[in-house]
Amino acid sequence: MKEHETLEQRLQEQGVSRRSFLKFCAAMATMMALPPGSASAIAAALAKVKRPSVIWLSFQECTGCTESLTRSHSPTLESLIFDMISLDYHHTLQAASGFAAEQAREDAMKEFHGKYLLLVDGSIPIKDGGVYSTIAGRTNLDMLQEAAAGAAAIVAVGSCAAFGGLPNAQPNPTGAVAVSDLIKSKPIINISGCPPIPAVITGVLAHYLTFGALPALDDQGRPKAFYGETIHDRCYRRPFYDQGKFAKTFDDEGARNGWCLYELGCKGPTTHNACATTKWNGGAGFPIEAGHGCLGCSEPKFWDAGSFYTPLPAPAADVTSAAKAAAVVGAVAAVTVGAIDRGKKTLAQQSREKITVEDLKGN
Amino acid sequence: MEQEMLLWVRGTGLQIATAVFVIGMVYRMLHIFMLGRKKSLAEARGSEWSGGFRTMWKRSFVTTKLSARGNFTVIAGLIFHLGFFVTFLFLSQHIDLIRAVLGFGWPAMPRGVIDIAAVLSIGAMIALLVHRFIDPVKRMLSDFQDYLTWTLSFLPLLTGFMLLREIGFEYITLLTLHIASVELLLVIAPFTKLAHMFSTFIARWYNGAVNGFKGIEI
Repeated sequence: MKEHETLEQRLQEQGVSRRSFLKFCAAMATMMALPPGSASAIAAALAKVKRPSVIWLSFQECTGCTESLTRSHSPTLESLIFDMISLDYHHTLQAASGFAAEQAREDAMKEFHGKYLLLVDGSIPIKDGGVYSTIAGRTNLDMLQEAAAGAAAIVAVGSCAAFGGLPNAQPNPTGAVAVSDLIKSKPIINISGCPPIPAVITGVLAHYLTFGALPALDDQGRPKAFYGETIHDRCYRRPFYDQGKFAKTFDDEGARNGWCLYELGCKGPTTHNACATTKWNGGAGFPIEAGHGCLGCSEPKFWDAGSFYTPLPAPAADVTSAAKAAAVVGAVAAVTVGAIDRGKKTLAQQSREKITVEDLKGN
Repeated sequence: MEQEMLLWVRGTGLQIATAVFVIGMVYRMLHIFMLGRKKSLAEARGSEWSGGFRTMWKRSFVTTKLSARGNFTVIAGLIFHLGFFVTFLFLSQHIDLIRAVLGFGWPAMPRGVIDIAAVLSIGAMIALLVHRFIDPVKRMLSDFQDYLTWTLSFLPLLTGFMLLREIGFEYITLLTLHIASVELLLVIAPFTKLAHMFSTFIARWYNGAVNGFKGIEI
């Protein structure tokens, strides 16, 4: 695509009808909970938008986030996003490799300084100078700091970039941290999830392209339109929770009846994400519909929150051993203090002044 | 931040609270037994054991003798305790916790029963507090510890009910507050009159045993 071509021109060239484009815009407006009239506003804005440069840096990650976006379903509305942006660097998707790839990144950073959008997936290891993950001989830490300096905004894609994710799990041997732990001077939007919902990535980018600003964020830096409610709030099994009907195992009658998976460790009540409404694989379903509880993957520290199969009310640490040890300490203390008390009592009895009948008679 | 706080109250916080509760309770209860009783030289006219156990059992019910203290206090107190035990022992989420700690559980009661028990219990506690303010004798007898223990007993019930119905705050906030309120109760219980959750049975047995020894009909 030519640099100064608009998206509308580009789509026409590709044979994408205006109707399909408007459907995409309407879907984006609905997902982001924008007013009904916004679809046409998005369409008008996107049609005219010049493709912004996007640099996508992949650090300590598994490529699941990229897989989520590119393999969501086919043909995909989400794939339209690649027509809206100029993806100048993405080391998994780009054809170039080695020096040519790095050159493309440097060229984009220079040409669009202050204007490009920086997408990051993966956490950044900072222990020992960040040596645990390098690209082209440079540490992730160094590359992020350099790329962030010229970025208009940063989108942290996936729970690793947003919160540290799996690499940050205890004992965190590489000192992995989130983008927001390192970069304070740029607007950052967290699209958490392991992986995040592809439509959410697209929605945020569409919002940015339409309005030229990031959407409203929650206290974790996530777009409220997608992370404003919990999985539990929107779960189709919620009525069973309210009635106290729970599956006890994955193959009991409750499970077959589609009862609530709370007692099997579902973290839906404490997890903010749009899985229950936006769903996955072209709307086919989400984990709870497949009979498995929510893992809570879009929340910070979800790897360290105990077993995925431990119910929320159950302790996240070994309380039984603590109670046993405490009982021994309490018993030893009571016996010791009790023995001292008895010793004092015996001593007092032995050393007290004895009064005899003769004493009372006054002799 | 909320996730970290929830993780702390479910993990380290719960371990600390449990340890303080168990150390405190074991120490206080065992210390009572360590004080010992002076051997009575009188001839027994009845059984200490049957007198002790009968009293432990009988004082769990409202009788005309007990209600002479004031029907309102006894009945409201009974409703609070019953509601508290029903919600604590028969809510499915609590049974999950008990199963995780002790390794065994039991069937839960229907959610509607739990709701009624919780509302009655909360209502009885509020009524008891109001009565404590209104009644001149109770007001005079009350000190800081009475209000502290009332507050710490009330908070788990209130936050628990709010959590079940998701009233006022998000689930995660309410769950964190509920667990934290229980931990506060656990930490303070052994060192206040809340220790009666165990000592009341020792006291009942002691009174009953003394009466049984003397041959008093119980």
